[in-house]
Amino acid sequence: MAALPKRIIKETERLNKEAPDGITAEPHEDNLRYFDVTIKGPGGSPFEGGTFKLELFLPEDYPMAPPKVRFLTKIYHPNIDRLGRICLDILKDKWSPALQIRTVLLSIQALLSSPNPDDPLATDVAKHYKENEKEAIAQSQEWTRKYAVAG
Amino acid sequence: MSSEGSDVDFYYDDDDEMIVDDDEGSAISEDDMDGIDTYRDDYAAQPSSSKRKIYEVEFDTLPQEAVEGLIRKDVEYISSILGVETDAASLLLRHMNWNKEKLIERYMEDSAAQSAKAGIAPVEPPPAQIPPSSSRSSSSRSVKTSSAPKRVTRRTTAESALKAKALLTPEPSVEPESFLCPICCDDSQPKTLSLVCDHKFCADCWVHHLKNKIRVEGDYSIKCMASGCTLIATDSFVTSTLAEEPESVERYKELIVRSFVAANKALKFCPYPSCTYTVSCPNAATKSALTQMVPTVHCATESHKFCFGCPIESDHRPVICGVAKMWLKKCEDDSETANWIKSNTKECSKCQSTIEKNGGCNHMTCRKCKYEFCWVCMGPWSEHGTTWYSCNRFDEASGIEARDAQARSRASLERYLHYYNRWANHEQSAKLSADMYAKTEKKMEEMQITSNLSWIEVQFAKKAADELFKCRMTLKWTYAMAYYLQKDNEKEIFEANQSDLEQAVESLTELLESPIEAEDIPVLRQKMTDKTVYVQKRSEIMLEDTAKGFLENRWRWNVNVDGFEPATVLAD
Ligand SMILES: [Zn+2]
Ligand SMILES: [Zn+2]
Ligand SMILES: [Zn+2]
Ligand SMILES: [Zn+2]
Ligand SMILES: [Zn+2]
Ligand SMILES: [Zn+2]
Repeated sequence: MAALPKRIIKETERLNKEAPDGITAEPHEDNLRYFDVTIKGPGGSPFEGGTFKLELFLPEDYPMAPPKVRFLTKIYHPNIDRLGRICLDILKDKWSPALQIRTVLLSIQALLSSPNPDDPLATDVAKHYKENEKEAIAQSQEWTRKYAVAG
Repeated sequence: MSSEGSDVDFYYDDDDEMIVDDDEGSAISEDDMDGIDTYRDDYAAQPSSSKRKIYEVEFDTLPQEAVEGLIRKDVEYISSILGVETDAASLLLRHMNWNKEKLIERYMEDSAAQSAKAGIAPVEPPPAQIPPSSSRSSSSRSVKTSSAPKRVTRRTTAESALKAKALLTPEPSVEPESFLCPICCDDSQPKTLSLVCDHKFCADCWVHHLKNKIRVEGDYSIKCMASGCTLIATDSFVTSTLAEEPESVERYKELIVRSFVAANKALKFCPYPSCTYTVSCPNAATKSALTQMVPTVHCATESHKFCFGCPIESDHRPVICGVAKMWLKKCEDDSETANWIKSNTKECSKCQSTIEKNGGCNHMTCRKCKYEFCWVCMGPWSEHGTTWYSCNRFDEASGIEARDAQARSRASLERYLHYYNRWANHEQSAKLSADMYAKTEKKMEEMQITSNLSWIEVQFAKKAADELFKCRMTLKWTYAMAYYLQKDNEKEIFEANQSDLEQAVESLTELLESPIEAEDIPVLRQKMTDKTVYVQKRSEIMLEDTAKGFLENRWRWNVNVDGFEPATVLAD
């Protein structure tokens, strides 16, 4: 395997030393491009109290290409589909090589605080959010309790 | 440029002595085998005086460099009108989808906003609007006083001296103290690059970024790597940064050419894989033109035939684009029903044994009972060919007589299947004929070696096979057209022409597929040459009359077709 680029080493070090609030990211010992990630549901959001597991992978082209991130914990969110894929602009066309793992994870955390049903990935959830927000939020809370609270 | 078929007289007029244009002083004797390719090229060359046929459209093929020349012209025009660097002009044009008039208008209204949108200047509006000819304040932050234009622009020195201040592509700078590149976190990279936003990154990272965007994403409007920065790399920046990556630069140029071509209605990029030619066809650039003609074109590679007016990547003459599209859509929708028809086996209508079609000819003989019949209509062959060839016709009376909905829908399906069947059959036959010809050609080659025939003497079958393939394609599309033609006298003439061509094609196919013996070649050659000329003539008549009909507005449809009067007698 090719040597790990300096950039990834630096980012990993920094994530380790000064992790952002409510976020952990740890590389696998056997594959330093593959991270186990957890994000705490932000206070005041329907995901509060939950701890969500994600996987993050830095492709060969990183940072020219964005990291690949996916939720492993089931979540009821209009911008996250059944397979845990995330609809977030900076993971696609708005990606800039100057962005980092840290900024990506913070953006995902922010997405939990402010779901955007106008740019949906899970169309049924988005529809739910648009037509009956109260009920949809209750559903998100329910899923959080069911899947994202450590038992 | 565009005429095919006009070389036929040229080819067939003489049996023995070939007339070769001696322009290039080629004097190749017939037994000079090394000269074959040259000979063949000369032979196929179109006489420059060849007249365009009524069913042909005038067009031109442009290699990528020629289109780049057109782009350069536009860029220089904008550059001089707006008084901006050519690099800026290029970005402005790209942003406005190459619309010069719109760009000039918008730029005059608000040059700062346009510059920001095009990715030339940072988004923050400059404090004041500045007349185009003075240097712009928006780029003052990053002006490199020392730099002179890297590429010689086609402008007077006075002008370029004025513009030099506003250079869009700063020179690479060598950092005095160690520089930590925020992308690769390497501090050992001495050379940094930036756009006018002054977001510095190491040269290596820039190369990777540009390459990745161009090669992987097919993007040519490449933003600065800084997050949120909207500046776009100029042409000079891209080409100078990728100086060591000629393939990426080529791809970058191609992407820009493609965008320019896509924005210009009179241009179309050759759709064949990895071809970079563009075809220019101003006569087919409007919607209304496409109701009067079928703009079949090809790029400099003659086999790259495609339609200029629609996405069909072949010659769909004689039927116009709109109707061809309708037909293909219909076939797609009805493909389930039609699928079984396409199957290659049928039962002999006399003894019911299964017969597989393995050649392009429709004249079938059952192996078991020797019954001779027509593959298309399954009728006895004796009624075909010499007397009355009814195979292209469909009696629509049943449709009119049908009373209840069920019968009507059955009649309508049958009507469709009638045309579809023939359509698919010609396509299938064309393919089979091509295979068959490949076998024939091999045999001919052998014969040429074992007998004393010259190369040119065994070429007659090639011409026949090529002609057959072309005519099968034409016939195929005539069925799409006939399906939508309103039943009237004009349609009858159309179908008579179709029938004549079809008959000629079948008989030539049969001849091409007949066994060949070396001693028969002179006779076969004469026969095949005559038949080929005849097929050619029938095809000419078919194409000419249909094309004329479009120009004279003679064709009436049984459905509503865009650009035509509403149909009066609707089918189905
Ligand atoms: Zn770097
Ligand atoms: Zn920038
Ligand atoms: Zn081509
Ligand atoms: Zn077309
Ligand atoms: Zn039989
Ligand atoms: Zn028949």
